[in-house]
Amino acid sequence: MNSKPKADAATKATVSLPTKNGITLKVNGAVKQIEIAPWTTLLDALREHLGLTGTKKGCDHGQCGACTVLVNGKRITSCLTLAIMHDGAEVTTIEGLAEGEVLHPLQKAFVEHDAFQCGYCTPGQICSAVGLLREGKAKSPEDIRELMSGNICRCGAYANIVAAIEQVSRMGERGDEE
Amino acid sequence: MNSFSYTRADDVATALREVAADGAAKFIAGGTNLIDLMKENVERPSRLIDITRLTLGGIRPRSDGGLRLGALATNTDVAYHKEIERRYPLLSKAILAGASPQLRNMATVGGNLLQRTRCCYFYDTATPCNKRTPGVGCSAIAGFNRAHAILGTSAACIASHPSDMCVALAALEAVVRVTGSVGERVVPFAAFHRLPGDTPNIDTNLQADEIITGVDLPARGFAEHHAYLKIRDRASYAFALVSVAAALEMDGNTITEARLALGGVAHKPWRDPQTETMLHGQSATRENFKRVAEALLRDAKGFGRNRFKIELAKLAIVRALSQASFKEAHS
Ligand SMILES: Cc1cc2nc3c(=O)[nH]c(=O)nc-3n(C[C@H](O)[C@H](O)[C@H](O)COP(=O)(O)OP(=O)(O)OC[C@H]3O[C@@H](n4cnc5c(N)ncnc54)[C@H](O)[C@@H]3O)c2cc1C
Ligand code: SF4
Ligand code: FES
Ligand code: FES
Repeated sequence: MNSKPKADAATKATVSLPTKNGITLKVNGAVKQIEIAPWTTLLDALREHLGLTGTKKGCDHGQCGACTVLVNGKRITSCLTLAIMHDGAEVTTIEGLAEGEVLHPLQKAFVEHDAFQCGYCTPGQICSAVGLLREGKAKSPEDIRELMSGNICRCGAYANIVAAIEQVSRMGERGDEE
Repeated sequence: MNSFSYTRADDVATALREVAADGAAKFIAGGTNLIDLMKENVERPSRLIDITRLTLGGIRPRSDGGLRLGALATNTDVAYHKEIERRYPLLSKAILAGASPQLRNMATVGGNLLQRTRCCYFYDTATPCNKRTPGVGCSAIAGFNRAHAILGTSAACIASHPSDMCVALAALEAVVRVTGSVGERVVPFAAFHRLPGDTPNIDTNLQADEIITGVDLPARGFAEHHAYLKIRDRASYAFALVSVAAALEMDGNTITEARLALGGVAHKPWRDPQTETMLHGQSATRENFKRVAEALLRDAKGFGRNRFKIELAKLAIVRALSQASFKEAHS
């Protein structure tokens, strides 16, 4: 006898909450299908839907770089982009850089140079540095500083971060994990 | 962020139909400004029309010797494009002075033109702002206005336009190509953005049912004599307090043409072509640069905290012109 209100509620639910959308992402080499709302950022999709919490949320406004990942090989801030816009894309996060137990050269260099303190900015710094080396525009420590300026380190580990990146860039490592 | 529906447009006609069908719908390109504002509840679109898969990317030569930048070309695409670096280094440098590599990889030409002011009250929905809600008042005029405009302001709004790229495009006299329900039209750069007047809620002369398809660069790129000088609170990754795009044509030490566009000082990239002609036929000296700087800022008006910008802008103009006057411009 309460069928009418129930039908109303159902109608309302579909009107105010657009149905979730299925998208496919190739994350760190593995094809993943997830159901997300249109307003889910790529950052939240990675952290909340795929459990990849290596990518950090700092400011959530594009100002700190903690959420940096590589999408189709390019570094972007995942907090200012919607997951739904990247249906079919390849995403590389900090979890995808090491090969088994073998660290990516940048990860190794960060350890060697003590390029972090609390470590919160580190996944973003490293993903950003992978993008930087791939772009091939940094020819000097000054260039590295300028082209890493999108990654803020609250602990101020900048000198060691630049040294770590410089070392890898001198090794001729192009930043590719393959 | 509010809830909204999402659709991906496959062609310009569909995108235009979608945006015309819903007054509260918005296009999304790089998303770096729109999503930021949506997170602050400043923008609350009912529907997002994803235009990133339209074929509006790329940078192509034009028959008149210029270049066409697709509306979806990213800031990175444009800044590092070989022809832009070679023929329009002013544009390349201005873009690289803005945002961060990650943001430039997402930000598009069209979105950069339409990015909104960084006025802190515009971002804060708890404070009155005429740009957000016409008629409620401007919190910045007697508030924290260090980053605000000194030229072309109105009693309703003193916001400044935050773009670096647009300052270079203003100096280069680019042309914006737009398409709407009534067809295509071209808008000279100087007529694209608006001064606040008593309608600060309207940033540009783009109509609600129009899409930007590209930006045309005229053949002349001022590659020999140019400078982009950006003054900000830290060395990188900050918006301009004042920026200057200077472009000169020279014959020996004599200036035959001068273009000056200012960023961070007005609701739009600031040009004053009449005043620029003061430099024509003059030699490249500090005194001449100072005279034009004084003239450009003669009507400037500060609002307390941003008063320093008047003197800063003058000094920046002189320095940018000096840099531009050297053949190997370094800015
Ligand atoms: C932390 C931070 C720092 C920054 N620093 C700087 C800086 O120093 N200098 C600087 O210049 N910029 C800076 N920016 C701003 C950045 O350049 C802009 O956010 C960017 O250019 C916007 O482009 P987009 O493609 O991401 O636009 P979107 O966010 O996708 O769109 C912005 C607006 O444009 C509309 N739109 C987009 N494309 C079209 C089109 N083709 N036709 C019609 N409408 C369209 C959208 O509907 C929306 O209203 C910064 C941004 C952030 C987050
Ligand atoms: S300056 Fe303009 S944008 Fe800022 S509070 Fe005043 S009206 Fe709003
Ligand atoms: S969390 Fe994305 S830039 Fe800070
Ligand atoms: S190591 Fe702590 S923020 Fe960078």
